[in-house]
Amino acid sequence: MELYRLSISEAKELLDKRKITAKELLNSIYQRIESVDSKVKAFVTLSKEKAYEMADASQKQIDEGRSLPLHGIPVAIKDNMCTKGIRTTCSSKILADFIPPYESAVTSRLNENGYVLIGKTNLDEFAMGSSTENSGFFTTRNPWDIERIPGGSSGGSAAAVAADECIAALGSDTGGSIRQPAALCGVVGLKPTYGRVSRYGLVAFASSLDQIGPITKNVKDSAILLNIISGKDPFDSTSAPVAVPDFTKVLGNEIEGLKIGIPKEYFIKGMDREIEESVKTAIKKLESLGAIPVEISLPHTEYAVATYYVLATSEASSNLARYDGVKYGFRAAGKDLMEMYMNTRAQGFGAEVKRRIILGTYALSSGYYDAYYKKAQQARTLIKTDFEKAFNSVDMIVTPTSPTAAFKSGEKTEDPLQMYLSDIFTISINLAGIPAISLPCGFTSNNLPIGLQIIGKHFDEESILKAAYAYEQSTDWHKRKPNL
Amino acid sequence: MKYEAVIGLEVHAQMLTDSKIFCGCSTKFGSEPNTQTCPVCIGMPGALPVLNKRALEFAIRTGLATNCKISNYSRFARKNYFYPDLPKGYQISQYELPICEHGYIEIVVDSEIKKIGITRIHMEEDAGKNIHEGAGNYSFVDLNRAGVPLMEIVSEPDIRTPKEAAEYMKKLRAILRCLGVCDGNMEQGSLRCDANVSIRPVGQKEYSIRAEVKNINSFKFVEKALEYEIKRQIKVVEEGRKVIQETRLWDSDKGVTESMRSKEEAHDYRYFPEPDLVPITVEQEWIDEINASLPELPDAKSKRFVSEYGLPEYDADLLTSEKTLAEWFEAAVEAGGQPKAVANWIMGELTKLLNEENKSIEECQLKPKQLAEMLKLMDKGTISGKIAKAVFEEMYRTGKDAETIVKEKGLVQISDELAIEKAIDEVISKNPKEVERFKAGDEKLLGFFVGQIMKLTKGKANPQIVNEMLRKKLL
Repeated sequence: MELYRLSISEAKELLDKRKITAKELLNSIYQRIESVDSKVKAFVTLSKEKAYEMADASQKQIDEGRSLPLHGIPVAIKDNMCTKGIRTTCSSKILADFIPPYESAVTSRLNENGYVLIGKTNLDEFAMGSSTENSGFFTTRNPWDIERIPGGSSGGSAAAVAADECIAALGSDTGGSIRQPAALCGVVGLKPTYGRVSRYGLVAFASSLDQIGPITKNVKDSAILLNIISGKDPFDSTSAPVAVPDFTKVLGNEIEGLKIGIPKEYFIKGMDREIEESVKTAIKKLESLGAIPVEISLPHTEYAVATYYVLATSEASSNLARYDGVKYGFRAAGKDLMEMYMNTRAQGFGAEVKRRIILGTYALSSGYYDAYYKKAQQARTLIKTDFEKAFNSVDMIVTPTSPTAAFKSGEKTEDPLQMYLSDIFTISINLAGIPAISLPCGFTSNNLPIGLQIIGKHFDEESILKAAYAYEQSTDWHKRKPNL
Repeated sequence: MKYEAVIGLEVHAQMLTDSKIFCGCSTKFGSEPNTQTCPVCIGMPGALPVLNKRALEFAIRTGLATNCKISNYSRFARKNYFYPDLPKGYQISQYELPICEHGYIEIVVDSEIKKIGITRIHMEEDAGKNIHEGAGNYSFVDLNRAGVPLMEIVSEPDIRTPKEAAEYMKKLRAILRCLGVCDGNMEQGSLRCDANVSIRPVGQKEYSIRAEVKNINSFKFVEKALEYEIKRQIKVVEEGRKVIQETRLWDSDKGVTESMRSKEEAHDYRYFPEPDLVPITVEQEWIDEINASLPELPDAKSKRFVSEYGLPEYDADLLTSEKTLAEWFEAAVEAGGQPKAVANWIMGELTKLLNEENKSIEECQLKPKQLAEMLKLMDKGTISGKIAKAVFEEMYRTGKDAETIVKEKGLVQISDELAIEKAIDEVISKNPKEVERFKAGDEKLLGFFVGQIMKLTKGKANPQIVNEMLRKKLL
């Protein structure tokens, strides 16, 4: 049996029935990594020694009948979440040797539930990008076609899940960084409601937009991981004191009578024909399951990308100020303090990070603040209101996740604006702070995965998981595997 | 031409909370460098701030005590600039929506009450400290202070003279100490003062270009620095030049202010709302609760001291400038001391002795009750005022009761008329010439005779009796 192919729930069952051991499962994962990661290049760091210790500890608990939901489950973590004692780089040269002295809230929760950390996955430097080509180290490849990018910024996590180099993974999503790579790699990616999951220990890109979520092989695993990482954290004031239901409970429930909004602004002339067809077919499928499609309008959609790139870069320009060569991380020499600062940041950051720091610094500068940052905040409110209004008449909204399937490496690196448009369907959701899930809904003629995005109301991850599960169970897309 | 100054003060007060404003680290002063730090206050990647509720409470207390409006909705902002002692590259402060606004405090200058407006009070975190000594080609950074809670208290430009500025600082310090929110120590930097200063011809309504004076690091320099800066600006204007908008540093050694940076070199702090902290909403109920728990403030206490104890305003103001001083006073009165007499001893001998040793009243082993007992001995005529001074100093040094000291040293006043008469006779017989002169009308010599008698009785003779008997004998 190829153990690395298992989902969380499948592996858990075998582990708890003592048909396999945590060590056997881990061996299988590392063998898989050994055989395919030279092609996929999903991992920045493998934490083998630690992983085997964790697997041993898990096995002990299982043997003693104290099995918790993740005991023995090998999970990959995007390399922008702090793991105590294990290098956390954000795929940036400036943090290439940074070993955190503390544990992030999400990995603490995974730990408490017995997970096995197998390694840290590649991303666009500081999560800024849609292809992992902005990684300060190397580009991850799409397991479906290694000439192509896996999406980003959680490209390493999505590719690792698609290539069965882990059982599940965590990513982070600021403007689509979980959903877009999940779509491009043919896996399930969930961005929870802002405030659902603690950001403590997530290296900040844009604090008011960042949110951690699961990237998994199926919808059920997504619900399992969400159960564990959700909830108020006293160390993150922006995490919400909202009750956390058991998200797996609603899976399998009927979706009869659910109203699904189809925003006309997301189906525009000139969009990729194969994407449009797949998504429309998926909507038909949901209809056949009893859902009722309703055409809706989100009139301020066209301002989302501009709004996002003002707000996200403003916050980033401030969030990244701490990488100054003084306390930790990379430091370049300089004849005085100012020169040390400039050399450190010039050499430590890549081009896209610098571009965004400059953009954000400009937007916050005195004399420009009102025209950019303040205006963008107002636009953000309008976009939020669009969704609130829409949700008065529908239960959820269905759109494509990405305007295109995976593109070729290098295709868009010369044109940042073109690259920014990769997130055109996902960005509004972060601005509104609402949850959304991406799941496979078809393939292009080139055999590249296509993603369906289901958007929910504030703190209503249950509804989108229920609908996603119903769709997934009536299709076979999630069963397809790339040839590696 | 006659000029007047327009002064506004920005005061930074370190709050006396046990832990830092956004993490649980201790705020204790003087520990080994970087031992009171954690991922949050050191600015580790991914660490997040959480507001210390106590710091918020202290800011609200201060706002209520200075007649401010407390905002039910307030927000933190980031102030962005690079400096090694600022680990995140920004300071979490407040900008658009401070916690307190539109207050005032009253000061008394030349017996007149003047209101000085408080524009705003906001919370922020302190920075760390750069250490340049003993590092050779490097500097060290100590982040123990990074994240210690501060209040910035900004006054309206209502202050017109350096004296008023000093009175404002004294009153503010008294309030902060009375509330227990800041120890008010300027020399140690727990209270810091920056001043915005401009001058204008008397009668002109508009404000002129101002300079900001920083680094006024001691109480005694508040007036000096402002006096210097005002004179400098008048000189600049009278020489036909223009005052420029700039930041100037007070140099206490040279007694001058010197230009640090001009407006063009000023930082653009790029303030924006802090996205890592949710806006602060304060329930009116909590504000009311805090208001009800405020101690009696210096102004109210001073008024009460005048009405209840019949003290002059000057005494009342002085005694209420420190909570502990006022408490000491009231305890002595409670123990039976006559209020004005107690006030005189506190403001005179006690303050003198404490100042000599640079001690505060908390460190004084002399207890209020002991002063009251000594005053009773004086009233009974057991000791004279002169002896009382010696007894008081002995009480202060040893902590012994007045009665014990009087007994041990045999200081009981001689009120026995026979004994005093004996001494008078002796002095008269020894100084016949002086007696002649006195009888001839040289009244000033009375003091000489009293002195001689006191010398003879080792100061123990009751001066009142001596005076009376002497006059009878000589006339």
